[in-house]
Amino acid sequence: MTIASANPEILSELDRPNSYIGKTMPRPNLERLMQGRGLYVSDMEAPRMGQVVFLRSPHAHAKIIGIDAAAARRVPGVIAVVTGKELAEVITPWVGVLSHLKGLKSAPQHAIAIDRVCWQGEAVAAIVATSRAVAEDAAEVVRVEYEELEAVTDMRTALDPATPVIHPALGDNLAFERNHDAGEVDAAFAGSDEVMEADFIFGRHTGVTLEPRSVVADWNAAEERLTIYQGTQAPHMVQNIAALHLGLQEQQVRVVCKDVGGSFGIKVHIYADEMATYALSKLLRRPVKFVADRVESFNTDIHARDHRCKGRIGVKRDGTITAFEIDDLTGIGPYSMYPRTSAIEANQVVNLVGGPYVTKNYRARARVVFQNKNVMCQYRAVGHPIACSVTEGLVDLAAAKIGMDPVEIRRRNLIADDGYPCASPSGLRFELLSHHAAMNKLMAMMDYDALRAEQAALRAKKVHRGIGIASFIEVTNPSAAFYGVGGARISSQDGVAVRLDAQGSVICQTSITEQGQGSESLTAQIVGSVLGVSMERVRVISGDTDNTPYGGGTWASRGAGIGGEAALQAAKILRRNILNVAAAVLQSSPAELDIAGNAIVNASDGAPRMELRELARIIYFRPDTLPPGIRPELMATRHFVPREYPFAFTNGVQASWLEVDTDTGFVKLLRHWVVEDCGTLINPQLVDEQIRGGVVQGLGAALFEKCIYDERGQLTNANMADYLVPMSGEMPDIDVGHVVSPTSETELGAKGAGEAGTAGAAAAVANAVNDALRPFGAVITEIPLTPQVILTALGRI
Amino acid sequence: MTAPVSISLDVNGERVDALVLPRLNLADFLREQLQLTGTHVGCEHGVCGACTVRVNGEIVRSCLMLAVQAHGTAVETIEGLSDSGEVADLQAAFRDRNALQCGFCTPGMLMAAQDLLKQEARPDRDRIREHLSGNYCRCTGYQAIIDAVETTARVRGGRRV
Repeated sequence: MTIASANPEILSELDRPNSYIGKTMPRPNLERLMQGRGLYVSDMEAPRMGQVVFLRSPHAHAKIIGIDAAAARRVPGVIAVVTGKELAEVITPWVGVLSHLKGLKSAPQHAIAIDRVCWQGEAVAAIVATSRAVAEDAAEVVRVEYEELEAVTDMRTALDPATPVIHPALGDNLAFERNHDAGEVDAAFAGSDEVMEADFIFGRHTGVTLEPRSVVADWNAAEERLTIYQGTQAPHMVQNIAALHLGLQEQQVRVVCKDVGGSFGIKVHIYADEMATYALSKLLRRPVKFVADRVESFNTDIHARDHRCKGRIGVKRDGTITAFEIDDLTGIGPYSMYPRTSAIEANQVVNLVGGPYVTKNYRARARVVFQNKNVMCQYRAVGHPIACSVTEGLVDLAAAKIGMDPVEIRRRNLIADDGYPCASPSGLRFELLSHHAAMNKLMAMMDYDALRAEQAALRAKKVHRGIGIASFIEVTNPSAAFYGVGGARISSQDGVAVRLDAQGSVICQTSITEQGQGSESLTAQIVGSVLGVSMERVRVISGDTDNTPYGGGTWASRGAGIGGEAALQAAKILRRNILNVAAAVLQSSPAELDIAGNAIVNASDGAPRMELRELARIIYFRPDTLPPGIRPELMATRHFVPREYPFAFTNGVQASWLEVDTDTGFVKLLRHWVVEDCGTLINPQLVDEQIRGGVVQGLGAALFEKCIYDERGQLTNANMADYLVPMSGEMPDIDVGHVVSPTSETELGAKGAGEAGTAGAAAAVANAVNDALRPFGAVITEIPLTPQVILTALGRI
Repeated sequence: MTAPVSISLDVNGERVDALVLPRLNLADFLREQLQLTGTHVGCEHGVCGACTVRVNGEIVRSCLMLAVQAHGTAVETIEGLSDSGEVADLQAAFRDRNALQCGFCTPGMLMAAQDLLKQEARPDRDRIREHLSGNYCRCTGYQAIIDAVETTARVRGGRRV
């Protein structure tokens, strides 16, 4: 479904000739990264810089009886050894709650633990030295006496009366609970021909950004200003939080974000060790650098998912889905992460289950519990893979029960493409989705019928291949409804300033940030299109709170839809201002002029009238020659946030084609298809690659990735050799197709695409594995689908 | 800790004399002492491939090699390969195909890809996937990288793309 403009007679800025919007253009920042001339935080040095190493708890839960750092302080090169109590003089603790998540509770968390550690990996002391190696040497001779406490590790028993309460002041280990009941659930189940139920298990996994979390904090005692160099997705959030807890004004903190070596939501949070690094710089009055090593990354980067979700679906024999019901349990570690909280994912699961389908009968319970494990929080596609896997797993179970093709049952229940606007059973408002168009496109791309025939033929030869389908919805372009209404100072609006320089080139300062997804490129493409200047004459500045407008940054798929719209609107204002002054200079009228090819041209015939460079020269250097009363403004700023819809929902569908070796339990991915509708495509190649990368993160969760804890809360595979991530040899080629339904909330029409790949990939794979195993009567509702899980389901082990 | 050791080596065509601790690995030596920060450190135990450099023409994990072991060798990093133009066509193919996002794995990926293309004129996609299977990329899903390497192989082989 391609939605044409409501009024094709009126051409928008997007319809201008020579527009870059909708065109694949190389990203302007690639050359730097490819030549090894990027600047990641881990590359940075500063005069007098100390390196910090955190001494971390070997226990999941223990009292700190005493710390003896005398020997460490004597190691040559050691600048300081700082304990939690000492650091608490400089930085206040925090509690990760949001007021709109009613009942959400957490305990005060310190930058460095003071009396007690609550997970294996929590820092108990900081050692700052002239080099990382010296700091590590010194860390080895710090003596910490612990009294080990019983660790709460199994989320299923976290609420049992016999289980110790991790934070006694909170009363129990329940961080958050949400119940939702819509429609007539009991009646719907009672009226169903079949009711299917399953227990879905999702392993804990983590982001494994290739560049670990890195910070250089530089307190300038003379200026009383703290400069934080950090690979973050939300610089203004970091500025606000650092200032708040160090007792500073926001203007005393500058956050600079250069190149970032992977983020995926891992770097949208503020970690205790990062807070400690800011505080150490202030305490020691010198720059301090923290670069997590890989073991620290596994133990302290937020973990993701870790859900057990009981799901039920009712279905009639004609395929009508009558009701969904879920009971979700998730473990978040000992604290709700700050400032975004660790309850957002469970909340999102409640919001999204059943989302693509018509049924209004939906009941959900979600409980979020504390554990003595690393903190669990938002990671790419927050809640989406859980909701999608449960929903689509149940739909497949229902289809199998009534003997209906998985595609057919979806077609009978997906919301009709002409049924919008409408609301989901959890009350989410959908402006415009395209489930059926997307499914039709997917069927054509993968040649579904031929694939089914091939599957049947191979099955006769004892080759077990499966096809898995997963439809999904995706939350993008978030407004203040995510965090702002809950009291968190996380901006949902973004701003862009554009200016024409003295040689007719354009500088844009944007509050969205670049982590490799192409924020810089899309901003330049939009601004270049509106202003009629070529891409190479547009320079984009981002990731600097001193030098960009205030804004949210890049998370929840908001860069193009929110930051892109702000760029569009700012460029339109600058364009108007340029044409006003050009008209005065050329003794014409703004309506008779246009900008194209870096020049002022006639609107009527495109004939060049004056180079932009020449206009800029006159304005900046010979304003005395301008007509009286002309006051050119060659800089314009606009901010944007969606107001009508709190989120722009997108939709898509994925399919997986794979082969299961029933002797070894290994899964070989053969092909993967995605059709996605993110509205206006600004740079199709960048969108496709965002989706491919997202799919592979979802495939990792489906097949390989799992943080394995033992019963004492020890993470037993905290290194890249034992924690498996997808590698090139195992990944299939991924075909990506699009349906385009622009949002009418913005002139640009763009929605987000960053989560889509991850949202549906695991569900498609799990459904494909079950499809392959159908002759054996085995049903698996657990990821990762390791050989052990598959062979167990097959009764082989 | 023992005393620093004197080493001499050739880095990107320039002679380097340095004093290094015996425990210093080559990656940290390149990054911290020579400020050649194009060589990245991802896992610190030889798994991820981000620190791949060339020593006497062979690719190695510079996090698994000690700086003292590089005494008397010729070391080439991404900065050297970029300045000499040796991988200019590969870089152009990566750019056209958007075969990188965050770019952190890219220097190591280019090193490994160039190594394959020097050994084999016409590797197929499976062979490229296999050769690059020691290099992590968390952003791209690999397909764009495979495409870019395949394109470069075709062009270098004199065939039309």
